[in-house]
Amino acid sequence: MSEPVVETRDLSMRFGGVVAVNHVSFTLRERELRCLIGPNGAGKSTFFKCLTGQLDPGHDGGRVLVRGQDVTGWRPYRIVRLGVGIKTQVPSVMNGLTVLENLWLSARRIHGKAGADGAVEEVVGELELGPIARRSVGELGHGQRQMVELGMVLAQRPWLVLLDEPAAGLTGAELERLVGAIRRINQTAAVVVVDHDMHFVRMLDSLVTVFHQGSILIEGPAEAVLSDAKVREVYIGSRAA
Amino acid sequence: MIHDAPSAGRIRWGWFIAWVVVMAVLPLVFDDTHTLSLMAITALAGLSLALMWGYAGILSFGHAAYFGLGAYTYAIAAVNFGESTVPLLLSIVVPALLAAVIGAMMFWGRIGDVYLGVITLVVSLILFKFMNATAGDAYKIGDARLGGFNGIPGFQILNVPGDPSAQIFGVPFYYVIAVCLALCYLLCRWILSTAFGRTLVGIRENELRVELLGYDVPAHKTAVFTIGAGMAGLSGAFFAMWAEIVTPGVFALGMSAEMIVWVIAGGLGTLIGPMMGAAALTLLKLMLGQQTLIDNSLVLGAIMVIVVLLIPKGIVPTVAGWRSRRERSVASRRGQASGRKRRTVAVPATPGDGAGSAS
Repeated sequence: MSEPVVETRDLSMRFGGVVAVNHVSFTLRERELRCLIGPNGAGKSTFFKCLTGQLDPGHDGGRVLVRGQDVTGWRPYRIVRLGVGIKTQVPSVMNGLTVLENLWLSARRIHGKAGADGAVEEVVGELELGPIARRSVGELGHGQRQMVELGMVLAQRPWLVLLDEPAAGLTGAELERLVGAIRRINQTAAVVVVDHDMHFVRMLDSLVTVFHQGSILIEGPAEAVLSDAKVREVYIGSRAA
Repeated sequence: MIHDAPSAGRIRWGWFIAWVVVMAVLPLVFDDTHTLSLMAITALAGLSLALMWGYAGILSFGHAAYFGLGAYTYAIAAVNFGESTVPLLLSIVVPALLAAVIGAMMFWGRIGDVYLGVITLVVSLILFKFMNATAGDAYKIGDARLGGFNGIPGFQILNVPGDPSAQIFGVPFYYVIAVCLALCYLLCRWILSTAFGRTLVGIRENELRVELLGYDVPAHKTAVFTIGAGMAGLSGAFFAMWAEIVTPGVFALGMSAEMIVWVIAGGLGTLIGPMMGAAALTLLKLMLGQQTLIDNSLVLGAIMVIVVLLIPKGIVPTVAGWRSRRERSVASRRGQASGRKRRTVAVPATPGDGAGSAS
């Protein structure tokens, strides 16, 4: 079995009296694709923010390890510099800049000035961003902004990719393009996808971890997990009935 | 060659040369170089805030702290050294060092924008209060008495380096400030054209995203905060030479507020706008100072309200927007006209009577 690329040990995150993540121990291995799902308030986005350094669980909040290195409490940029690509829940893009400028800023840190243009060109081709390349990101629709942000992650050629709700607001064709892109990324990188779109999770057909009330409820292959009675009860709820 | 990089650093050399020529000619047209010098000094202070606020998104509510610290540093050092060269350099270094320390604490400490404004404001108020309370004999740095609310008078003004007796004042003093202003403008443009500057623009647009791309955002913000404070310190030193006295008023809340109005009125997100805003409002303030009918602060407050309501982008971006819309509309009309002409020629009434001649 390959080495873990991400590991959390007894991770907890509290906001005053509210325990958003409760003693979660989680492992992701090389080139693994994992979906984290759960109903609203299950703690998956808080867990994601602890992984990416956007939230600090504190001294007694457990540990986060990336390739064996303890990164608990690190600022996001230090975690990213290890080779981690992060896409946030709400598209986090630079609205006043064009698509190319957004991608260039991402590519420049890894590839330098000399290689940035080439890397940008590659990503534009890969995600079919050509027709909108010179448009200001602020003018784009939600789905296009999602793809631009994914492009910014791809431009850094990470070995671990953390995607928070990448399918939110995407149409059918865009969703298929996204699934294809994630599969291509997964050929060279481990990927964590946080989402609650069951159709999208089925399309990815990966291992699934279900969060419920800040803890891991169950882990397993998508079809098995999604047909589990407990999952249907806490996650699908009335829609399953 | 960078094709896809954010383009904040591009300089329009034609406009720059025209601006330099105007600055060079002004003393030949207007006798009052004292006023022209003050306009150039405030333009430099406006430029320093324009860089850190307009391009890196750092709103310093207490920018007068660095302006005032530059003025005091110059005055204290000039009293002790008896010449102006080293004091002038110290007036850049000391405010820059203070900004580096405060900036590092704020930006690595994950302080939010609101608290950042409060902290910068409090720093300027502390300096204001402290300098007001330095009237006693105990408050001396070398030979320089801080002088409390009376301030420090009678220090060496600008001189030719190495020759304290060759003082520079009047028209030459204006030209020295004008050259420094132009050089600082070029420095800002150069900074914005580098990868560092492009990252700053990214930070202004979306700080979290830039951090998630792996850039050390606190280091970038601390660096630009330090550079801006150094430039503000330089303008403060020139102000001290211009006034030939430094009082705690340079740290006053009103001074910080004026700087914010200069930037908003001139146009946030540009360099030339805040410089023009600073110069124009300084001139207006001096003109208003000659009358007693209306209070200066009331007029400046009214200008800020009017600008925010009517031209929220500021004067320069609004004028630039009008120009580009006009150019687009003219180009579109020309395009339509030539299209009509082409159609008229290229689609003749009968085959063979001039088809193809249009091309």
